[in-house]
Amino acid sequence: MTEPILSLRKVNKSFGPVHVLKNVDFDAYAGKVTALVGDNGAGKSTLIKCIAGIYTPETGEFIFEGNKVTIAGPRDATALGIEIVYQDLALCDNLDIVHNMFLGREEKSGVTLHESHMESLAKKTLDGLSVRTVKSIRQKVASLSGGQRQTVAIARAVLWNSKVVILDEPTAALGVAQTEQVLKLVRQLADNGLAVIVISHNLNDVFQVADNIAAMYLGTMAAQVDKNSVSQGDVVRLITTGKTEVSAGAK
Amino acid sequence: MSEQITIEKSLRDWASRVKAGQVGALPAILGLLVLCVVFGSMSSVFFTPGNFANLLTQAAAVIVIAMGLVFVLLLGEIDLSAGYAAGVCGAVLVILITEMDYAWYIAFPISILVGIVLGAGIGYLVAQLKIPSFVVTLATFLAFQGLLLLLVSEGGTIRIEDPVILAVENKNLSVSASWIFFLVTSGIYILTGLWKFAKRRKAGLVDSLFKFWLIKTLGLVAIGAVATVALTVERSNNPDLVSLRGIPYVVPVILVLLVGATFVLTRTSFGLHIYAVGGNAEAARRAGINVKMVRISAFMICSGFAAVAGMIFVSRANSISPTTGGSSTLLYAVGAAVIGGTSLFGGKGKVSDAILGGLVVAVIDNGMALLGYPAGIKFMVTGAVLLISATIDAISRRGATTT
Repeated sequence: MTEPILSLRKVNKSFGPVHVLKNVDFDAYAGKVTALVGDNGAGKSTLIKCIAGIYTPETGEFIFEGNKVTIAGPRDATALGIEIVYQDLALCDNLDIVHNMFLGREEKSGVTLHESHMESLAKKTLDGLSVRTVKSIRQKVASLSGGQRQTVAIARAVLWNSKVVILDEPTAALGVAQTEQVLKLVRQLADNGLAVIVISHNLNDVFQVADNIAAMYLGTMAAQVDKNSVSQGDVVRLITTGKTEVSAGAK
Repeated sequence: MSEQITIEKSLRDWASRVKAGQVGALPAILGLLVLCVVFGSMSSVFFTPGNFANLLTQAAAVIVIAMGLVFVLLLGEIDLSAGYAAGVCGAVLVILITEMDYAWYIAFPISILVGIVLGAGIGYLVAQLKIPSFVVTLATFLAFQGLLLLLVSEGGTIRIEDPVILAVENKNLSVSASWIFFLVTSGIYILTGLWKFAKRRKAGLVDSLFKFWLIKTLGLVAIGAVATVALTVERSNNPDLVSLRGIPYVVPVILVLLVGATFVLTRTSFGLHIYAVGGNAEAARRAGINVKMVRISAFMICSGFAAVAGMIFVSRANSISPTTGGSSTLLYAVGAAVIGGTSLFGGKGKVSDAILGGLVVAVIDNGMALLGYPAGIKFMVTGAVLLISATIDAISRRGATTT
């Protein structure tokens, strides 16, 4: 396999006496979707928050594009081109799509907002993601459907020529058709050359969209495997027992 | 593409936005029209130019407080002490001018500075210590009332004789200056609008609202022209003795505040951040916005506007008293903002709402007084109108969320 764009080596993170991440290794590849699976409390969220700079691990190495880096805060992660799309999307309902996409990083000409420039950039990004479902990019986010909101949140993440996009349960709250739409978008991101990391509990989604599956078990990385080399049953076993092989006695 | 964009389509766009809960200023405009028709048909005095000018000067202080409150309301917060902040700043202004002989151009900025400092204190308590703004400003409401009482001393009033301060509420632009004022403001308004559309067209962005904007602009200019005509006719009862013509000075003062505040809210990133914090503070924080700073600034702006309102109060009464900015002032100001269409839940509203709502409140006040209703009825009607506006706001919020 090609060199990973982002590698984590022997990452440890504790909250007081609770050792949440134990020597975790993790790789993400440009142009590939890496699914991060694991049971509740396995450490998925903590791991991505370490990548996004929200938590700082006690020990461990981050290697980004072949160089050792330290991520001390969210700004460091953003500067490297790592963007995260939270499960609750973090959109402002009362603002339109353009303003949401540029929130906190507005384009300005002098003291005023450069509205037309932002609008064309936003349009270009949405077009690049083959998004056709949004009627007007000047409509308020409040009037969008769940899938469209997810689209806006993802578009915001890729607007900044980001290299790694982390999606936290992007399909958790969506219906069948919208899930399909978002998964297609996730695939599109990877095809555009980004490294995509998706947290998901839905193995059907994982097998549909991922190239690579990283399974966590009680704070350790049970295995990171190629999708085509495992079955859904194998992944379930990884999630529930942390082991790859079927033990001889089990039926 | 452009030939498909018709008035009909813009109106349809607009109608769908109304249905989706973005009613905007519509209820306030309709309410204002209905009130004017009702009072105009019942009172022969209501539609006289003299009463019109009177209405504007009556409404001015409440409108200015409401304009500042819009910033705080946009965050979903409230400032109950803005009325007495106006009183305190007015007292500072009068004391500096009357008792300490400062010129108005030194005293007035100082009084605004005092307002900003008061607002910074409130904002710090709300943003840093996370005390609900309702409680903080309830406390400062009492504290400012006490401070005003101490400054003015119980039962007393301090007169002011500075001609510039007094002119704001009591003098008018000359007739020719009034017309120049009208022409310049409408000219600037039209040109900035056209410039915006031209810039968007150059960037290759399609607009469906151009004709709608044109209708709105022509309507506003027409209203402005009618108002200027009404304000430039002689309204003195005894024109030989004293002539009363022209736009009251307070109108351009309010217009400057309106343009400035609207510019900040709609064209700068600070304004966008205010809307963002009001809409979803957590999202704003994650987007890297300094939410605390935005909160503190909004309270500073609110109290700064209150200081200007304090000057208007002083100008109107020719003095400061311990009740200036008290009684129903603040409630009228909050009412004005909400009646105009600013949401109490945060995230939705405009500075112009304050003017529209302030006019509604003033028309009720003025019209019912002309018809000889007692103050009790007046308060009850104003309360009912406020309740209706809050209901419209609550219902439209329900219509706005799709899922």
